[in-house]
Order: sequence, then structure tokens, then C-alpha cells
Amino acid sequence: MKFIDEYQDNKLARGLAYKIAQRSTKTIRLMEFCGGHTHAILRYGIRQLVPKTVEMRSGPGCPVCVTATADLDKAIALAYLPDVIITTFGDMIRVPSSYSSLQQAKAEGADIRIVYSTIDAVEIAKANPGKSVIFIGIGFETTAPTIAASILKAQQDKIENFHVLSLNKLTPPVMKALLDSGEIKLDGIIGPGHVSVIIGPHPYEFIPRDYGVACVISGFEPLDILLCIDKLVEQIEKGEPKVEIAYPRGVKPEGNRKARQLMGKVFEIGEANWRGIGIVPQSGLKVRGKYERFDADKAFSVSLKPPREPEGCRCGDVIRGAAMPPECKLFGKVCTPESPVGPCMVSSEGACAAYYQYGTPENSQGF
Amino acid sequence: MATIWEAMCLAVPVKIVSINGDEAETEIAGVRRRVSIALTPEAKVGDYVLLHTGYAIGVIDEAEAEETLKLFEEIASLSEVH
Repeated sequence: MKFIDEYQDNKLARGLAYKIAQRSTKTIRLMEFCGGHTHAILRYGIRQLVPKTVEMRSGPGCPVCVTATADLDKAIALAYLPDVIITTFGDMIRVPSSYSSLQQAKAEGADIRIVYSTIDAVEIAKANPGKSVIFIGIGFETTAPTIAASILKAQQDKIENFHVLSLNKLTPPVMKALLDSGEIKLDGIIGPGHVSVIIGPHPYEFIPRDYGVACVISGFEPLDILLCIDKLVEQIEKGEPKVEIAYPRGVKPEGNRKARQLMGKVFEIGEANWRGIGIVPQSGLKVRGKYERFDADKAFSVSLKPPREPEGCRCGDVIRGAAMPPECKLFGKVCTPESPVGPCMVSSEGACAAYYQYGTPENSQGF
Repeated sequence: MATIWEAMCLAVPVKIVSINGDEAETEIAGVRRRVSIALTPEAKVGDYVLLHTGYAIGVIDEAEAEETLKLFEEIASLSEVH
């Protein structure tokens, strides 16, 4: 497939890995912020290709994983309301919450439907005028414009039974929160490629400026990620951290203005609750008052019991990069993709699921 | 578990074969799919766009794609490992 296959070439990958090994003298730690990167890095065995001087950690970039238990509890409570249809991306349905899961609610008779796109959710609302259709709006800047577009579409077509539970989150503020906490020392950040298609490189400029940490935006094929690591190692070796784009076919310096315009029209910035991190100011998107009839938080009221985290689950530590998945006692024993305890083992973008599937040299797929 | 194609961070390059308003017919590996181009009004027939949850979120810059591939070739030819 064009723009995919040519970025998976084995010979070129070895050439890049050799260059990285030649360059690298300092012991450094990099973090990939995007769950798509986590998956690709483990799937293609990138950790085994880079020299031992380069340590790699996963960050809070899996949308399903970072959704707080309290927010998931709310989504489940909404599912039990009469005449409600919940629409959601697939991975959310299996995430265990405090007392239940969307899957369990569905088994108990709640109408919960997996959709590929917000377009499908709006269509379901159109086809079911007697029901309230609530879309569970998770995701980062990549997904938020698509959710904004769905609200504008519902408004334009007068589909008033469509609602969004907005749990959307913003990437740069959580990067800042992690860097401020100082819990783990980072030398470089593999910047999220498709978030950056929307926001461009400029929102990351505080990372080298205020923290002296390198930041290179990467694509998702193995050669893209190796090129990104090479650029990060080069910056760190020289002691010249900056923001660079290693994915110029996708990320433009100005980002996607139209997408940001729609996002800004529908949403305003507010705080968000992140699993493992807590409330981060200015890191979430709330539906603006003008569109409040589409806001599930305004249209419905549910009472919730205090959230309960799964016992022994270290998803929160894994999300912050403070623990590697195998450091969790439940990993691979009690907690597996078939029987997940926490969201990091459910989602295909979760670090635990990626480790479980590809995490050792023997089971990484290679390319 | 969802496949990598359904992963939310990911966007897949698909080719636009026709456009009707803010919808486009796209193709990847022989599979056709209708997508929204509401976020990429500049997209034209023949362009490759990054498809994410039913929406084109960006138009692929083919000249930049070529440049990156050339860079990989140069690096591989300079390294001693083949």
C-alpha cells in the first residue's frame, strides 16, 4: 500500500539503526506519547534495533487508557437510562470500571453500539428519533475535530437527539504535567504524529525551551520511528534540543487550520481527569454553551458512587511511564487481553496489551 | 482486540477517487470507502489523505514523502550494514 510499504523496508531500517548506534554515546531516555507509536515500536521490535544506550518508555497517549474510572462510570450510568443508545469506539466497551463495564451493561440489556466514526453515531440518532443517542467522546486532538464536525452536522440537520459525552483531552498540557512532576527524567519525546497533523509543531515549543528536552514528531511506520529516534539522538548528543518534524508528508508547519477552527467553534478548553495523573488544568475539551443541547453532561443527570480502581492494577503508573508493564504483578497472569483488569491491557494502543502481544524479541513481529 | 486500523491514534493513507460536496469516495488496496472531507476542504481527486475515524484529517504531501524516502536511501548507502 502506498505510503505504508515503502516505510517498512528492512534494509533501510538496518541502515538507520546502524546510524543511530554510531551516533549514540550518552545513555538517554525517550518517551513516546502516542499509543499508536507504542504499538508500532513493540510490534516491529524497534527497542531491540536501537542501541542499549537508548531507553524507551511509553506515555499517556492511549485515549481509552487515560479515561478516568469516574468518567467511565458516568458513561456506564448513562447507558442504564431509559431510551438511551450509547455509541462508542470499540475498545471502550471492554474496559472494567468501578462496578461494571459497558459490555456488562450491554449484557444486562442496555443499548450500546460500537461505531467506527462519529458519522455513524449521527446516523443512528437520525434513524432513532424516539431515543437519545450519546456518543462517548474520547480521544486527543486527532479525534476532537471529528467530534466537533459531528455536533455541527447534527445542528445543521436538526438532529436534536444526538449528544456527546466530551472526555476529549489535549496533549501538550499533559506533557507539561509529566515534565513538571519530575517523576521520571526524560531526554527526548517522540511527538505524536496525528495529533500534530492537526496542531502542528508549535504547541510543543515549551518542551525544549523550558525543560531542555528534545521533541521530534514521528510517523507510524518503523522507518519513520527510527528516523525520529535518530534525530532525537542527534539533538541530545549535540546538546541542542528543539522541535523537529520527522513526518513531513503528514505534518505541516501550520497543522490543519480548518480542523482547529471547527474544534474551537464547538469546544472550549477546561480541566480533564486523567487516569493515573488526576485533574490536569487546561487539558480537556468541554462543549461550548452555544451547543449545550448536544452536551450529554448538560442534557442528562446521573448519580454516581465514588470510583474504585481495580486492586493491584498499575495502569496509572504505566500511563505516566513510571512502570513498565511487566513490573505489574498482574501482568500476563491475572491480567491478559482475554481477561483484562485495567484499560492498558484492553486497548490495542495500551502499553500492556502491546507488551503482552509483542513485548519480547521472540514475539515481536519484525519486518 | 481492535486491529491497528481501528486504533484511534492512527490514520491510514487512502486515495481520493471522487468527491461529492464534503464527502469523498476513497480507495486503499482495492477497498472503497466513503469518507468526510469536512476537515480537509483542499483535498482533490487523486490526492492521498490520512483517514481517521471516517474523516480525512490531512492531505499527504507527496513531494515530502519522496524526500523522506531519498533520505532513508542515503542513510542506508552510507552505513556499512546491508
